[in-house]
Amino acid sequence: MDALAVEGVRVLLGGATVLDDVSVTARAGEVLGVVGANGSGKTTLLRAGLGLVRLDAGEVRLAGRPVAGLGEVPRSRLAAYLPQARRISWNLPAWHVAALGAPELAQAHARERATAALDDVGMAALAERGVLDMSGGERARVLLARLIVTGAPLLVADEPAAGLDPDGQFQVMEVLTGRAARGAAVVVSLHDLTLAARACDRIAVLAAGRLVALGAPAQVLTAAVLEQAFMLEGRLTPTPFGPVIVARRHR
Amino acid sequence: MSRDQFETDDEMRLIAGLALGLCLACALAVVVGETPLSVAQYAQALTDPASPPSQILWMIRAPRVGAAALVGASLGLAGAVMQGLLRNPLADPGVLGVSAMSALGAAVVIAVGLAAAPWAVEGAALGGALLAGALLTVLAARLPEPQSLILFGVALSALGGAATALVFNLSPSPVTTAEVLSWLLGSVANRDWTDVAVGLVPAAFGAALSLWSAGALRMLTLGEETAALSGLPISRLRAAAVAGAALLTGGAVAVAGVIGFVGLAAPHLARGWVSDDPARALAPSAIVGAMLLVLADLAARTIPSAEELKLGVVTALFGAPLFAMVVWRAARSWRS
Repeated sequence: MDALAVEGVRVLLGGATVLDDVSVTARAGEVLGVVGANGSGKTTLLRAGLGLVRLDAGEVRLAGRPVAGLGEVPRSRLAAYLPQARRISWNLPAWHVAALGAPELAQAHARERATAALDDVGMAALAERGVLDMSGGERARVLLARLIVTGAPLLVADEPAAGLDPDGQFQVMEVLTGRAARGAAVVVSLHDLTLAARACDRIAVLAAGRLVALGAPAQVLTAAVLEQAFMLEGRLTPTPFGPVIVARRHR
Repeated sequence: MSRDQFETDDEMRLIAGLALGLCLACALAVVVGETPLSVAQYAQALTDPASPPSQILWMIRAPRVGAAALVGASLGLAGAVMQGLLRNPLADPGVLGVSAMSALGAAVVIAVGLAAAPWAVEGAALGGALLAGALLTVLAARLPEPQSLILFGVALSALGGAATALVFNLSPSPVTTAEVLSWLLGSVANRDWTDVAVGLVPAAFGAALSLWSAGALRMLTLGEETAALSGLPISRLRAAAVAGAALLTGGAVAVAGVIGFVGLAAPHLARGWVSDDPARALAPSAIVGAMLLVLADLAARTIPSAEELKLGVVTALFGAPLFAMVVWRAARSWRS
């Protein structure tokens, strides 16, 4: 059964159609990338998949159960979310933030899980530091650690690599693919198409709220799709370090 | 309730230390007063319950100190809940308009001449607070974003304030106006044990709801959407936090009128000791609030003046500079 099934979803926000007849699924063990230009509907698709947006048409199911009928607690057993905004209101130590992924755990166990997750994202040395005393990239990693701590079967991350240094971007994707290898379904929106091509098993391409391509990176990131979705002239090129998107603005 | 996820032994020591401090402040406030007593009279107060010194200590000063502690704890806890819920260090029990609606309830009862009726003013104050609390709880369920709650609270505050001004405007006698004004400035003078016992009821319910919502306050640090998928029943806990803060504030206003600043300042003092955690700041905020108000009331009744100083005036006069210092130190962490 699919961890996430989005079927024929349409979302109107402020009178504008933000998603139009989008259908996509995410299975256990795979990383599904969601790419598209700014305003193409990536974040709305992720939020719709979690039941955080009112649908104007279509249906979303988490592990086969309609998300509309799920209570907050049962829903959180099926999915966890890392939003794009990385605002944290109070200066909690990093390990507290990570441990918030598992509020039901006892102290010792939560700390253990949080420390392990911080280690995964390369933040073990800063476990005791207040998150507001950190750089934006460090805070992003701490929040990713919280997502990992949830242990949810579906992990949804909205641009988890944005604003990170190159090594950090690879590391974030390694952590997420690692979760998929252990059986989680991972849905991640990305702007870096090269990163998407390397880390994702399948990619969904959105343009103006419509799904224009869905499949393995090599099948999806074609010249035609790059032009349609991103106004780019380019292609996916193999290199010794992995595939790279080579492109220029469409003239 | 199981042991909090992030609680440490240091914090148990912190709470024990603060509780000890509160006991000392209460003892000082019972011992010191307008009427000077000799050592022999203090001894008599402890041994002979019928003696005048005993009456002064246990039937006049002690209930007054108890009322101050109850009101201070309620306001400190309500402030900590509001700051956690709204994720805003400027929030206090007044920000959602609960105090203003509570004051309006009391003002109306005083203006229509029912002030002498037993419990009428207190009941009206609590009623006003509960009305505001009910409106806010409904709103919080529908519009979870903190700014919508704050804006609604501003509107409710303005409405309560304007309606109270209208009561002044239309009130038949200057005596009534003075009475309402005096009540609005806040005081725990002449409170007896019955006042304290009655005030304990809303405070206990409010405190229970607040402590129940503690985990949600902490989770909301990461924003509404993260919290919505966090495994906690966030909508229910958010409603509990709003209702709890309203009960605490309404109960405090019913016992002592409107007293500013304690609800704003106490959580700031407490937060530094608990690594900024809005959940673990609750209990220390309540104790610090109680301590602040007991000491402020002691100052109000012992500072020599023609007429006894109003408690709300003292809290603001002493609280404002202290608060400015605390904010100065804390502001560093808000910059990012």
